[in-house]
This record gives sequence, structure tokens and C-alpha cells, in this order.
Amino acid sequence: MPERIVVPFGPQHPVLPEPIHLDLVLEDEKVVDVIPSIGYIHRGLEQLVQKREFTEYVYVAERICGICSFMHALCYCQGVEHIMGIEVPDRAKYLRTIWSECSRLHSHLLWLGLFADGMGFENLFMRSWQLRESVLDVLEDTTGGRVIQGTCKVGGVRRDIEKGKLDEMHRALDPFEEKCREIGDVFLNDDTVKYRLQGLSVLSKDEAYALGAVGPTARASGVPMDHRETGYAAYGDLGFKPVVETAGDCYARCAVRVKEVYASIDLIRRAIEQIPEGPLDVKVKGTPDGEYFSRVEQPRGEVIHYLRGDGTKHLARARIRTPTLANIPPLVKMLPGAQLADVPVVVLSIDPCISCTER
Amino acid sequence: MSIFQMTRTVIRNLTGGPATRQYPAVPARTSALTRGHVAFDPSTCRSCGLCSRRCPCVAIRLDKEAKVWEIDRMRCIACGDCVEGCPFGSLTMEQTYLPPVVEQRAAERYTITYVKPEKPAKKPAEEGAGA
Repeated sequence: MPERIVVPFGPQHPVLPEPIHLDLVLEDEKVVDVIPSIGYIHRGLEQLVQKREFTEYVYVAERICGICSFMHALCYCQGVEHIMGIEVPDRAKYLRTIWSECSRLHSHLLWLGLFADGMGFENLFMRSWQLRESVLDVLEDTTGGRVIQGTCKVGGVRRDIEKGKLDEMHRALDPFEEKCREIGDVFLNDDTVKYRLQGLSVLSKDEAYALGAVGPTARASGVPMDHRETGYAAYGDLGFKPVVETAGDCYARCAVRVKEVYASIDLIRRAIEQIPEGPLDVKVKGTPDGEYFSRVEQPRGEVIHYLRGDGTKHLARARIRTPTLANIPPLVKMLPGAQLADVPVVVLSIDPCISCTER
Repeated sequence: MSIFQMTRTVIRNLTGGPATRQYPAVPARTSALTRGHVAFDPSTCRSCGLCSRRCPCVAIRLDKEAKVWEIDRMRCIACGDCVEGCPFGSLTMEQTYLPPVVEQRAAERYTITYVKPEKPAKKPAEEGAGA
């Protein structure tokens, strides 16, 4: 029997700038067991909810994650609005949907770049990030911030997108989609990518369900679970269908994200076509009194904000479960059996965002 | 064989120019809405204190007695909430980013001219009615 050794992976490692630490138990070059540990950058953002007014906490909620910032704000706002019984105007819902999908686009393009980098495909990495830059430019033009949008507030949105800008975005979607499909074809059809990813770290449908996988990790294993189907914001009007793959390997997880990029472009196109005129926000009166589990589908999976108010202007409790936390048990299940050289690719395939996991 | 999927893109990249710019020699791309930094005009400030109360990161401090308005650039997250809340237009959001700082400096300090007079003390009878 070969001798077992333990190789520490992280928290500082060359794969991704996220402080995840894994103790890899190896037999020769093969991983047989994994012990994950997190907790390197706890920031105490949940506690802050007791010190900031509930309307101000949106800015803090937005800074939980630097990539899905808009969706954290959206999830928080939807929770508070549900507790207070606020009905958000339709135009605000559509604008929230457009910005959410823009965030998903830039998050997935970022991940595709990192994934290509993890595989050693540097050219593809740079191309993906070049495409991401055009999404960030649109976000900056419409909200004022590249990654921290700051446009969502309790009761609606803070900014409008002018009709001229919406038309310009709509016209830019077709050439953008063409460029995305060029990149996507490489991820989906290139032989070098396929040899590297197919059959690597398979997670079966039952395992994904039992271990509570969320987002693209679950959908790649054939679990058709996407919170956008419930129709929050304007998703109910846009005829959304989740992207599902069945293989459950790294290639399937990559394919889900590539196809979600196309789906996001399609959603933005339909949202721009259908956006109604109307007010952007409603006046917020009173303070939240009650509790609610607010859920939103982020690029990495489903995020949960549990909010409890006690009738004062400070919420009593916020509990945030980010998708990466739910995806760590499936990761521990995926890694045994992989070669040491494949570990970075497998870890990346769940799209870990440790900084938001630790809040 | 499909190992040449990338070839067309590679050739186009070789012939096309660079996609990045030489910041800071070339200024960063901004839009009309870009939140760069908060600028303050002390001459129009009426020291109402709304900005310091609204600030989610406690970056703004107002001292009415010393006639001082301070902003701590290290704390400010440029969310723009103070700009939206200012009733006198003393605060504006500028598009340019400030140069990075490497050490914690004292807050940026401005002297304001007008100080809002204190409210006259309430009569005991009114206090009783309010409670």
C-alpha cells in the first residue's frame, strides 16, 4: 500500500485569490481524502446589521461579495420589502432583473477566464476577461460603479436607465452574443478542453441532491434547481428556463455556465423589450417587524438572507448563507480520485467565493 | 479535429490593437455616473448634519462648535448616499478617482462658515404634551 501524505492547499495559492484551505490526503499523486477549512477572513458583516439602519445596511450587504454585489443587495431588499409589505413598481423590478443578469454575465465570464487559466489556456483566459470588460463598461455607464453598483434600495432602485441607453444596450447585445459564442465554442468543442475536463470528478444527481449542492454545480449533475424559476423580480414575465446538464463532471459544470451566459443575454434582451414605464421606487414608511427567508439565484447558486426585525430601525438579526458554503460538501465528495494536478481545476469548477462565504 | 477552434480569435487578436490602457498615464474610462470621490463645498453648507447621519460607514464628521466638516477618505466607500441626501447641494460626486494612499492620514478637514443655530428649548408644557 502506498504511503499517505498530507499536502496543504491554500489559503495562499496560485489558483485563485480566495483563501480556501484544503488538506489533501494523497496516495502517490492521487487524492484519497480532503479536509476543508475556512475562516481566514471573517469580517463580521452580519453583526453590523444591529448598528446600521435597515436602509443603510444595503450598502454593507452589497459589499459582502465583490462579484455578485448587486444580488446580495437585491436579496436583502426583497427580504425587507417582504417583511414591511412593500410592493415594488414594475419598472424597478425590470431594472433589477437587467442589472442582475449583467452581474451574472460578468461573473460567469470572469469564472470562464479563471477556469481557462486553471487549465493552462492563457489565451482563452484573456479573451474571456476582455469580453467581461464590455459588461463592466455597461454597468458603469448605467449605475456608476463597475462591480459595486449601489443602485438597489429598499422600495425600488436609485437610478433609471434612459431609453436611449436601453436601445444602445439592445443593439450591442447581438455583436456581444456573437463574440460570446466564439469563446463558448472553444469551451464546448475544443478537444484540448474536452480531454482535460470530461469524466473529471463526477458528482451524481443523487449525491448533488443529498449534499445540498446549489447553482451550476447542482444543475450540471442534472438537478433542475434554479431559484429564478419562482419568478422573483421580473423573471416570472420573461419565460425563464434553467440550463441543465446531466454528466456531472467538470466539463458539464463548464457547459452549464457557458450556456447560462447565452441565457442571460437572452433574458436581458427580453427584459429591455418588455420594460414598462413607471415610477422607480415607493416611499418607505415605518420599520420592519417580522422575519423572512429571502432567496435569490446568484451566479454561484442560491443565496439566503434570513432577516428578523423587531420594530426598531435596526434589524435584530441577519444570517446570510452564500452558495459557496453549500457547495463545499459536494467539493469534498468530488475531489477524492482526482490527480493532484487536477485539484485546481476541480476546486475552480464549483466557482468558490470564500470571501463572501465568511462575510 | 477541433483543436483549431481558437485560431480565428488568436489571429484577430494578433492583428488588433491592445485591449488595455496605460493607466495612470492614460486616464481611466469614466461615465457621467461614475462614483469617483465626494467633493465638498464649505461655502454652501448649512451644517444640518444629514450627511454624517446618513453615512453608512461613519466617514463624515461634523463639529458645529469648532465649525469643522471632516471626511475620512480611508473610510468613505463612495456610495453617494450623502450626495443624494444633501438638501443644499454642498456635496457632489466627482468622476475622477483619488490617488491611492499608503498610510492612514488624518481626515480631510474643511472649515464651514454658517452654523445652524440651536433650537430654542421647549417649554415644559409642550414636552408633557409630546410624551
